[in-house]
Amino acid sequence: MARSLYIHIPFCSYICYYCDFNKFFIENQPVDAYIDALEQELTWRFAGETAPLETIYIGGGTPSAVTTAQLGRILQAVHVKTPGVSPGAEFTVEMNPDDADDDKLHTLFNHGVNRLSIGVQTFDDKLIQKIGRGHTASDAKNAVHRAKAFNFSNISIDLMLGLPEQTMSSWHDTLQTAAALDVSHISAYALKIEEKTRFYNWWRAGKLPTVTEDEAADMYEAMERVLADAGFHQYEISNFAKDGQASRHNQVYWHNESYVAAGAGAHGYLQGARYENIQPVPHYISAIENGELPERQRHQLSRREQMEEEMFLGLRMNEGMPLVRFEQKYGETVADAFPGALEELTAKGWLTVENGWVALTEEGRLLGNEVFVRFLENENKF
Amino acid sequence: MSSEDKHQRQERIRNFAIIAHIDHGKSTLADRILEHTKTVSERDLQEQTLDAMDLERERGITIKLNSAQLKYEAADGEEYTFHLIDTPGHVDFSYEVSRSLAACEGALLIVDASQGIEAQTLANVFLALEHDLEIIPVINKIDLPSAEPERIKKEIEDVIGLDTSETILASAKDGTGTEEILEHIVKRVPAPQGNVNEPLEALIFDSLYDSYRGVIAYVRIVQGTIKKGEKIRMMQTEKEFEVSEVGVFKPNPVSADELSVGDVGFITASIKNVGDSRVGDTVTHANAPAPAPLPGYQRMKPMVFCGVYPVDPNQYTGLRDALERLELNDSSLEFEAEVSQALGFGFRCGFLGLLHMEIIQERIEREYGIELITTAPSVIYNVYLNDGEVIEIHNPSNMPDQQQVMAVEEPFVKANVMVPNDFVGPVMEICQAKRGEFQDMKYLDENRVNIVYDLPLTEIVYDFFDQLKSNTRGYASFDYELMGYKESKLVKMDILLNGEQVDALSVIVHRDMAYYRGKAIVEKLKELIPRQQFEVPVQASIGNKVIARSTIKAIRKNVLSKCYGGDVSRKRKLLEKQKEGKRRMKNVGKVEVPQEAFMSVLQMDANKEDS
Repeated sequence: MARSLYIHIPFCSYICYYCDFNKFFIENQPVDAYIDALEQELTWRFAGETAPLETIYIGGGTPSAVTTAQLGRILQAVHVKTPGVSPGAEFTVEMNPDDADDDKLHTLFNHGVNRLSIGVQTFDDKLIQKIGRGHTASDAKNAVHRAKAFNFSNISIDLMLGLPEQTMSSWHDTLQTAAALDVSHISAYALKIEEKTRFYNWWRAGKLPTVTEDEAADMYEAMERVLADAGFHQYEISNFAKDGQASRHNQVYWHNESYVAAGAGAHGYLQGARYENIQPVPHYISAIENGELPERQRHQLSRREQMEEEMFLGLRMNEGMPLVRFEQKYGETVADAFPGALEELTAKGWLTVENGWVALTEEGRLLGNEVFVRFLENENKF
Repeated sequence: MSSEDKHQRQERIRNFAIIAHIDHGKSTLADRILEHTKTVSERDLQEQTLDAMDLERERGITIKLNSAQLKYEAADGEEYTFHLIDTPGHVDFSYEVSRSLAACEGALLIVDASQGIEAQTLANVFLALEHDLEIIPVINKIDLPSAEPERIKKEIEDVIGLDTSETILASAKDGTGTEEILEHIVKRVPAPQGNVNEPLEALIFDSLYDSYRGVIAYVRIVQGTIKKGEKIRMMQTEKEFEVSEVGVFKPNPVSADELSVGDVGFITASIKNVGDSRVGDTVTHANAPAPAPLPGYQRMKPMVFCGVYPVDPNQYTGLRDALERLELNDSSLEFEAEVSQALGFGFRCGFLGLLHMEIIQERIEREYGIELITTAPSVIYNVYLNDGEVIEIHNPSNMPDQQQVMAVEEPFVKANVMVPNDFVGPVMEICQAKRGEFQDMKYLDENRVNIVYDLPLTEIVYDFFDQLKSNTRGYASFDYELMGYKESKLVKMDILLNGEQVDALSVIVHRDMAYYRGKAIVEKLKELIPRQQFEVPVQASIGNKVIARSTIKAIRKNVLSKCYGGDVSRKRKLLEKQKEGKRRMKNVGKVEVPQEAFMSVLQMDANKEDS
């Protein structure tokens, strides 16, 4: 059974223009009823389980957008509705800079949360406004300082590159500011314009001044340099950590291991099946009130699909993946399962195979999708 | 039935067609007539009964002809037999229109009460007048608040020169005028001439292929009679068959003992290919043939050609089967195998026009499930070589070297554009830009103008109609007829990707427009072809001279960064979409080229307007 848990809190006090996650404006939402339902889902999902959790990640939405009392209830549920939290566990909660008040930080700390992931995105005040976020750059810096004051030693910040009108110099400033804050972890995501967002609608209307592929690539490469100089170690396509502080929870995903997910629109992976929960909050709640698991769909992966995912997830790690792990899991070598792929991609300069490990090259990292599709079967199943 | 009875019956037959512009309500009116004469019960009346193909119903147009026999008890107490022959409204099918008109004695001219006469209607009315048809004007949609029947009447008199004193005001939507229309048909449309005792002359005005019965030939009996078991001969193709069934459409085919002078119905005779019963041919008895075939037969000749290739090379055989099956049903479709370096094995297909081309492509994709790559359409060019030889070219890549060519001729059409006078300027600008030669301009009424230009067919095949529509806010209507060939300064322009010439992208262009077109094509290709692992130069050249160039930069970034809260299915879907995109691309040398790129020559002008 899985020893990792993801919880989705789909409420936000403002909706960012780029975000297409399952999220709802928090005003007038039945947050308490939602937490009741969440407690019930956890109880069902962990029935009969005894092994305590090793990694927990509460994401959103904005988990910090709920009241301090509600936050306490959610955290409490993690302890009592599951087999419990292992003493050495990694326990992460996402929060927005403007929510980092003493009460909430105190509640988080008291419930054993030991890692905060703060949504900063950029330290450029003009850009923060243009992406629809409700805080300032100084809010973000203060949030980090306050979290440190509460003895959170493992603090991660999220950044975004390739935002509309973002210049290289603005990005550079953001990276320098982030480095100077002396956090232990940075996640940096390139903007992708997703459907059903304000950005998408502006973009379709030709009104979003997006950066070019080359500018985004330049920003990515600049980031690798600046963060390396600041003592960060890149361990995944979008993730950087100071020594030993790589996110254990995210590595569960990349290593293609199991995890429980709970909450509206959450995605879990259990016994080779990927499931997705119902997204709308009222439907999620009523499913649970009717005594049903709130799943929207569940797909049992074939062995072939598991092998494919093993590759396109595992290769995201900078260290790559040990070929022997694949062979132990599937009783077949990578070379046999994907004839010709390693040679072809190595010849293109996108992969290296060394000492029994296969990994993306520096060039291959920016072209990850070109590599990953080579490990998918030809037939389109969707 | 005695000879006298047959004559009596002949006196009470009325054969008529309906002429109308798209959307002016032809199909709805046909439905009302079927309903009123109880030919089709209201319960069975699907909207637009006569447009049987799905495609026709979706597009609201008639592609294949249909006809129906109706019984009508007139005010004079007699029962009349009507044959309603539906006509396609599109210029691509004007020969079929002319044959179906030849099967009638009268026609209803339907004109929209607010929009007035449109170019296609005009062309068809003149065709009907050439065939001496009695024309009954019907002004439709008089229920609309914007209806102006008096103005439209005046327009019909001015433009066509018809007497409109007996014009019927109708609303096919609510049934107004239907009864009056039927009475006018009885009174004004002449009964068929001809003699039952003369040798058989039956005009084929359409045919379709049925997998059980073979070809079903739609005929109008002009002289004599025809029965099951008789030996018949097609006078143009000289093929002979034995009649296995005759019948009429009610509107579903129903067997009959005999078809006699004036009747409109069908014949089956175990004919395996529609090519053996060509539209316009005359059916006669093999043992007692008519002295001469009916006039007006033409072999339908394709005017527009393009390369048609399966996306998946394994579907080549399937594509050939599909084309063979469609050809059974459509004698104007031509195809021959061709090989392209870029696209592999496929077919060069000939069509009557652009709509015909689109319809065939859509039917192949829909009915046979074969994804296609098509090249930009081309017309037939007459190429005069220095050594005196003359060749016909309908594939630009077969154009001989510039040095061998003395002259090139291209087909020209006479185009009528009808437009509100506010748009005269834009229309003339487009025609001018398309190398048109102004011929005439006439005011139809205070507001509407008919502009006549001679235009190269190639330009029409490109994007003339789209431009016309977008620059006149959809108000322009347009029709053309082929005039013949004229010499033009035409050259072949090649496109090179990564230094390699791509045969499927070659086009024939006018020398004065080569630079502009070349520039537009290379820019469009730059936009359509995704960035590759290496930089790809895109060039347009005439002979060895490069006239335009763009560069597709090497790909630098394609990776999903977000974690999506462990939503791996979503990552997988995105990757599979990319994979599917790659699968649908063609490898041209080392460059992966998407399907749309092969049609890029067509899209460039439309794109210019967007930007």
